Amino acid sequence: MFNIYGTWPWYISGFLIGTVMLLLIFFGKNFGMSSNLRTMCSIMGAGKTSEFFRFDWKAQRWNLTVVLGAMIGGWLAVTFLTDPTKADTVLLNPQTITELHQLNIDEPNGKLLPDALTSADALKDPKILAILLLGGVLVGFGTRYAGGCTSGHAISGLSNLQLPSLIAVIGFFIGGLIMSWLLLPLIF
Amino acid sequence: MKFIKYLLVGILFGVVLTKSEAVSWYRIYEMFHFQSFHMFGIIMTAVVVGVIGIQIFKRGKVKNIHGEPIIIADKDKGFTNYFVGGLLFGLGWGLIGTCPGPIFILIGAGFWGVGVILLGSLVGTYLYGLLRNKLPH
Repeated sequence: MFNIYGTWPWYISGFLIGTVMLLLIFFGKNFGMSSNLRTMCSIMGAGKTSEFFRFDWKAQRWNLTVVLGAMIGGWLAVTFLTDPTKADTVLLNPQTITELHQLNIDEPNGKLLPDALTSADALKDPKILAILLLGGVLVGFGTRYAGGCTSGHAISGLSNLQLPSLIAVIGFFIGGLIMSWLLLPLIF
Repeated sequence: MKFIKYLLVGILFGVVLTKSEAVSWYRIYEMFHFQSFHMFGIIMTAVVVGVIGIQIFKRGKVKNIHGEPIIIADKDKGFTNYFVGGLLFGLGWGLIGTCPGPIFILIGAGFWGVGVILLGSLVGTYLYGLLRNKLPH
Protein backbone atom coordinates (compact mmCIF):
# COMPACT_ATOMS: atom_id res chain seq x y z
CA MET A 1 0.00 0.00 0.00
CA PHE A 2 1.28 3.45 -0.92
CA ASN A 3 1.28 5.66 2.14
CA ILE A 4 2.13 9.27 1.34
CA TYR A 5 3.62 9.77 4.84
CA GLY A 6 6.00 6.84 4.55
CA THR A 7 8.90 6.05 2.24
CA TRP A 8 7.68 6.46 -1.34
CA PRO A 9 8.30 3.28 -3.34
CA TRP A 10 11.06 3.29 -5.94
CA TYR A 11 8.74 2.92 -8.94
CA ILE A 12 6.66 6.00 -8.01
CA SER A 13 9.77 8.03 -7.10
CA GLY A 14 11.68 7.01 -10.23
CA PHE A 15 8.69 7.76 -12.44
CA LEU A 16 8.32 11.25 -10.96
CA ILE A 17 12.06 12.02 -11.26
CA GLY A 18 11.96 10.97 -14.92
CA THR A 19 8.94 13.25 -15.31
CA VAL A 20 10.82 16.20 -13.77
CA MET A 21 13.57 15.78 -16.37
CA LEU A 22 11.09 15.49 -19.26
CA LEU A 23 9.18 18.58 -18.08
CA LEU A 24 12.38 20.64 -18.05
CA ILE A 25 13.21 19.44 -21.58
CA PHE A 26 9.65 20.30 -22.62
CA PHE A 27 10.22 23.81 -21.23
CA GLY A 28 13.27 24.07 -23.52
CA LYS A 29 15.78 23.57 -20.69
CA ASN A 30 17.68 20.63 -19.22
CA PHE A 31 17.89 18.77 -15.92
CA GLY A 32 21.20 19.43 -14.16
CA MET A 33 21.74 20.47 -10.57
CA SER A 34 25.52 20.83 -10.27
CA SER A 35 25.72 23.64 -12.85
CA ASN A 36 23.97 25.82 -10.25
CA LEU A 37 27.15 25.64 -8.17
CA ARG A 38 29.06 27.21 -11.08
CA THR A 39 26.37 29.88 -11.42
CA MET A 40 26.64 30.69 -7.70
CA CYS A 41 30.42 31.02 -7.98
CA SER A 42 29.90 33.47 -10.86
CA ILE A 43 27.40 35.52 -8.85
CA MET A 44 29.95 35.75 -6.02
CA GLY A 45 32.57 37.15 -8.39
CA ALA A 46 34.66 34.07 -9.28
CA GLY A 47 34.89 35.47 -12.83
CA LYS A 48 37.54 37.91 -11.59
CA THR A 49 40.05 35.09 -11.18
CA SER A 50 38.90 32.45 -13.68
CA GLU A 51 37.41 32.77 -17.15
CA PHE A 52 35.41 29.58 -16.45
CA PHE A 53 33.03 31.73 -14.40
CA ARG A 54 32.72 34.52 -16.96
CA PHE A 55 29.37 33.79 -18.53
CA ASP A 56 25.93 35.31 -18.47
CA TRP A 57 24.67 33.82 -15.22
CA LYS A 58 21.36 35.60 -15.61
CA ALA A 59 20.53 33.08 -18.35
CA GLN A 60 20.63 30.47 -15.56
CA ARG A 61 18.02 32.15 -13.35
CA TRP A 62 15.46 29.53 -14.37
CA ASN A 63 17.71 26.81 -12.87
CA LEU A 64 18.22 28.77 -9.65
CA THR A 65 14.42 28.93 -9.49
CA VAL A 66 14.32 25.13 -9.72
CA VAL A 67 16.78 25.07 -6.79
CA LEU A 68 14.56 27.40 -4.77
CA GLY A 69 11.60 25.15 -5.53
CA ALA A 70 13.58 22.05 -4.52
CA MET A 71 14.40 23.68 -1.17
CA ILE A 72 10.72 24.51 -0.63
CA GLY A 73 9.86 20.93 -1.66
CA GLY A 74 12.28 19.54 0.94
CA TRP A 75 10.67 21.71 3.60
CA LEU A 76 7.13 20.73 2.54
CA ALA A 77 8.05 17.04 2.59
CA VAL A 78 9.47 17.02 6.12
CA THR A 79 6.84 19.43 7.49
CA PHE A 80 3.58 18.15 6.01
CA LEU A 81 4.30 14.77 4.42
CA THR A 82 6.23 13.05 7.19
CA ASP A 83 4.35 11.67 10.18
CA PRO A 84 5.91 8.86 12.22
CA THR A 85 2.52 8.07 13.77
CA LYS A 86 1.08 7.24 10.35
CA ALA A 87 3.94 5.49 8.59
CA ASP A 88 7.50 4.30 9.08
CA THR A 89 10.34 5.95 7.20
CA VAL A 90 13.95 5.05 6.42
CA LEU A 91 13.63 1.35 7.16
CA LEU A 92 17.03 0.02 6.23
CA ASN A 93 18.31 -3.47 5.67
CA PRO A 94 19.12 -4.72 9.25
CA GLN A 95 22.58 -5.68 7.94
CA THR A 96 23.20 -2.02 7.09
CA ILE A 97 22.29 -0.93 10.63
CA THR A 98 24.63 -3.54 12.15
CA GLU A 99 27.50 -2.36 9.96
CA LEU A 100 26.86 1.29 10.77
CA HIS A 101 26.78 0.45 14.47
CA GLN A 102 30.32 -0.88 14.12
CA LEU A 103 31.33 2.49 12.62
CA ASN A 104 29.69 4.29 15.58
CA ILE A 105 27.06 5.80 13.31
CA ASP A 106 23.61 6.04 14.89
CA GLU A 107 20.73 4.16 13.29
CA PRO A 108 18.17 6.25 11.40
CA ASN A 109 14.94 5.78 13.45
CA GLY A 110 13.22 7.81 10.75
CA LYS A 111 16.02 10.39 10.39
CA LEU A 112 17.43 11.24 6.95
CA LEU A 113 20.95 12.06 8.16
CA PRO A 114 23.03 10.55 10.98
CA ASP A 115 23.46 12.67 14.12
CA ALA A 116 27.11 11.64 13.85
CA LEU A 117 27.38 13.96 10.83
CA THR A 118 25.01 16.90 11.16
CA SER A 119 23.71 17.19 14.74
CA ALA A 120 24.58 20.41 16.62
CA ASP A 121 27.14 18.46 18.68
CA ALA A 122 28.75 16.87 15.63
CA LEU A 123 29.15 20.31 14.04
CA LYS A 124 31.36 21.37 16.97
CA ASP A 125 33.81 18.59 16.17
CA PRO A 126 36.63 19.80 13.86
CA LYS A 127 36.98 16.29 12.41
CA ILE A 128 33.30 16.19 11.36
CA LEU A 129 33.52 19.71 9.91
CA ALA A 130 36.58 18.61 7.92
CA ILE A 131 34.69 15.54 6.62
CA LEU A 132 31.71 17.64 5.50
CA LEU A 133 33.99 20.21 3.82
CA LEU A 134 36.14 17.57 2.12
CA GLY A 135 33.06 15.71 0.90
CA GLY A 136 31.65 18.97 -0.46
CA VAL A 137 34.91 19.84 -2.24
CA LEU A 138 34.98 16.38 -3.89
CA VAL A 139 31.34 16.75 -4.99
CA GLY A 140 31.87 20.28 -6.36
CA PHE A 141 35.19 19.58 -8.08
CA GLY A 142 34.23 16.13 -9.37
CA THR A 143 30.86 17.12 -10.83
CA ARG A 144 32.33 20.10 -12.68
CA TYR A 145 35.27 18.06 -13.99
CA ALA A 146 32.84 15.36 -15.15
CA GLY A 147 30.42 17.99 -16.45
CA GLY A 148 27.45 16.76 -14.44
CA CYS A 149 26.14 14.86 -11.45
CA THR A 150 23.43 12.31 -10.82
CA SER A 151 20.81 14.48 -12.53
CA GLY A 152 22.90 15.58 -15.52
CA HIS A 153 24.66 12.28 -16.26
CA ALA A 154 22.90 9.38 -14.52
CA ILE A 155 19.35 10.53 -15.32
CA SER A 156 19.56 12.95 -18.30
CA GLY A 157 22.64 11.55 -20.03
CA LEU A 158 21.73 7.87 -19.74
CA SER A 159 18.15 8.67 -20.85
CA ASN A 160 19.65 10.20 -24.00
CA LEU A 161 21.92 7.14 -24.44
CA GLN A 162 25.14 9.14 -24.09
CA LEU A 163 28.37 7.14 -23.80
CA PRO A 164 30.22 9.92 -21.89
CA SER A 165 27.46 9.81 -19.27
CA LEU A 166 27.86 6.06 -18.91
CA ILE A 167 31.61 6.56 -18.37
CA ALA A 168 30.86 9.20 -15.73
CA VAL A 169 28.28 7.01 -13.97
CA ILE A 170 30.76 4.10 -13.87
CA GLY A 171 33.22 6.59 -12.31
CA PHE A 172 30.57 7.65 -9.74
CA PHE A 173 30.09 4.05 -8.67
CA ILE A 174 33.76 3.10 -8.53
CA GLY A 175 34.43 6.21 -6.40
CA GLY A 176 31.42 5.49 -4.18
CA LEU A 177 32.40 1.85 -3.69
CA ILE A 178 36.01 2.77 -2.80
CA MET A 179 34.76 5.30 -0.26
CA SER A 180 31.99 3.20 1.21
CA TRP A 181 33.91 -0.09 1.51
CA LEU A 182 37.54 0.94 2.02
CA LEU A 183 37.78 4.51 3.27
CA LEU A 184 34.69 5.03 5.46
CA PRO A 185 35.85 2.40 8.01
CA LEU A 186 39.20 4.22 8.24
CA ILE A 187 37.59 7.66 8.60
CA PHE A 188 34.94 6.77 11.22
CA MET B 1 5.27 34.63 -14.08
CA LYS B 2 7.22 32.50 -16.54
CA PHE B 3 9.36 31.37 -13.60
CA ILE B 4 6.44 29.81 -11.73
CA LYS B 5 6.66 26.59 -13.77
CA TYR B 6 10.31 26.17 -12.79
CA LEU B 7 9.42 26.76 -9.15
CA LEU B 8 6.69 24.10 -9.32
CA VAL B 9 8.97 21.56 -11.03
CA GLY B 10 11.59 22.28 -8.35
CA ILE B 11 9.02 21.71 -5.59
CA LEU B 12 8.03 18.38 -7.15
CA PHE B 13 11.72 17.41 -7.36
CA GLY B 14 12.38 18.38 -3.74
CA VAL B 15 9.32 16.52 -2.40
CA VAL B 16 10.06 13.36 -4.40
CA LEU B 17 13.75 13.23 -3.49
CA THR B 18 12.91 13.71 0.19
CA LYS B 19 10.02 11.24 0.32
CA SER B 20 11.90 8.63 -1.70
CA GLU B 21 14.78 9.16 0.79
CA ALA B 22 17.24 9.63 -2.08
CA VAL B 23 18.48 12.56 0.04
CA SER B 24 19.24 10.20 2.94
CA TRP B 25 22.85 9.49 3.81
CA TYR B 26 21.71 6.03 4.94
CA ARG B 27 20.15 5.17 1.58
CA ILE B 28 23.37 6.04 -0.24
CA TYR B 29 25.40 3.85 2.11
CA GLU B 30 22.88 1.03 1.64
CA MET B 31 23.10 1.47 -2.15
CA PHE B 32 26.89 1.29 -2.28
CA HIS B 33 26.75 -1.86 -0.14
CA PHE B 34 24.10 -3.45 -2.40
CA GLN B 35 21.89 -4.02 0.64
CA SER B 36 18.71 -2.70 -0.94
CA PHE B 37 17.20 -2.44 -4.41
CA HIS B 38 15.51 0.88 -3.52
CA MET B 39 18.03 3.41 -4.96
CA PHE B 40 18.80 1.25 -8.00
CA GLY B 41 15.07 0.94 -8.66
CA ILE B 42 14.65 4.74 -8.49
CA ILE B 43 17.49 5.45 -10.91
CA MET B 44 16.51 2.68 -13.32
CA THR B 45 12.84 3.70 -13.38
CA ALA B 46 13.77 7.35 -13.97
CA VAL B 47 16.05 6.34 -16.85
CA VAL B 48 13.44 4.05 -18.45
CA VAL B 49 10.84 6.85 -18.26
CA GLY B 50 13.48 9.25 -19.61
CA VAL B 51 14.50 7.03 -22.54
CA ILE B 52 10.89 6.55 -23.62
CA GLY B 53 10.07 10.26 -23.25
CA ILE B 54 13.17 11.43 -25.10
CA GLN B 55 12.52 8.99 -27.96
CA ILE B 56 9.02 10.43 -28.31
CA PHE B 57 10.46 13.97 -28.24
CA LYS B 58 13.18 13.14 -30.77
CA ARG B 59 10.77 11.66 -33.30
CA GLY B 60 9.34 15.15 -33.54
CA LYS B 61 5.89 14.15 -32.36
CA VAL B 62 5.99 16.64 -29.51
CA LYS B 63 7.12 20.26 -29.77
CA ASN B 64 8.42 22.12 -26.75
CA ILE B 65 6.46 24.80 -24.89
CA HIS B 66 7.66 27.43 -27.40
CA GLY B 67 6.39 25.32 -30.32
CA GLU B 68 9.91 24.41 -31.45
CA PRO B 69 11.20 20.91 -32.21
CA ILE B 70 13.05 19.40 -29.26
CA ILE B 71 16.78 19.00 -29.87
CA ILE B 72 19.06 17.67 -27.15
CA ALA B 73 22.77 18.30 -27.66
CA ASP B 74 25.07 15.28 -27.43
CA LYS B 75 27.75 15.35 -24.72
CA ASP B 76 31.26 16.11 -25.95
CA LYS B 77 33.37 13.05 -26.59
CA GLY B 78 36.03 12.21 -24.06
CA PHE B 79 37.09 9.83 -21.34
CA THR B 80 39.47 11.27 -18.74
CA ASN B 81 37.33 14.14 -17.55
CA TYR B 82 34.21 11.95 -17.31
CA PHE B 83 35.93 9.07 -15.59
CA VAL B 84 38.24 10.95 -13.20
CA GLY B 85 35.67 13.64 -12.45
CA GLY B 86 33.08 10.92 -11.88
CA LEU B 87 35.44 9.03 -9.58
CA LEU B 88 36.12 12.14 -7.46
CA PHE B 89 32.42 12.92 -7.23
CA GLY B 90 31.74 9.28 -6.28
CA LEU B 91 34.25 9.52 -3.42
CA GLY B 92 32.42 12.58 -2.11
CA TRP B 93 28.99 11.03 -2.65
CA GLY B 94 30.00 7.90 -0.72
CA LEU B 95 31.42 10.01 2.12
CA ILE B 96 28.70 12.57 2.76
CA GLY B 97 25.82 10.89 0.91
CA THR B 98 24.68 13.99 -0.95
CA CYS B 99 24.85 14.84 -4.62
CA PRO B 100 24.22 18.49 -5.60
CA GLY B 101 20.39 18.34 -5.74
CA PRO B 102 20.02 16.90 -2.22
CA ILE B 103 22.49 19.48 -0.83
CA PHE B 104 19.94 22.20 -1.60
CA ILE B 105 16.92 20.08 -0.69
CA LEU B 106 18.33 19.15 2.74
CA ILE B 107 19.15 22.76 3.56
CA GLY B 108 15.55 23.64 2.63
CA ALA B 109 14.37 20.81 4.87
CA GLY B 110 16.20 22.45 7.80
CA PHE B 111 19.45 20.47 8.00
CA TRP B 112 21.67 23.50 8.53
CA GLY B 113 24.82 21.40 8.90
CA VAL B 114 24.55 20.61 5.19
CA GLY B 115 25.49 24.28 4.68
CA VAL B 116 29.08 23.18 5.41
CA ILE B 117 28.81 20.70 2.52
CA LEU B 118 27.43 23.46 0.26
CA LEU B 119 30.37 25.69 1.19
CA GLY B 120 32.77 22.85 0.35
CA SER B 121 31.05 22.18 -2.97
CA LEU B 122 31.33 25.85 -3.96
CA VAL B 123 35.04 25.78 -3.06
CA GLY B 124 35.43 22.58 -5.12
CA THR B 125 33.68 24.13 -8.11
CA TYR B 126 35.86 27.23 -7.84
CA LEU B 127 39.04 25.10 -7.60
CA TYR B 128 38.02 23.33 -10.80
CA GLY B 129 37.59 26.70 -12.52
CA LEU B 130 41.11 27.70 -11.44
CA LEU B 131 42.77 24.42 -12.44
CA ARG B 132 40.71 23.68 -15.55
CA ASN B 133 43.38 24.55 -18.13
CA LYS B 134 45.96 22.37 -16.37
CA LEU B 135 43.76 19.25 -16.14
CA PRO B 136 43.58 16.52 -18.80
CA HIS B 137 40.16 16.38 -20.42
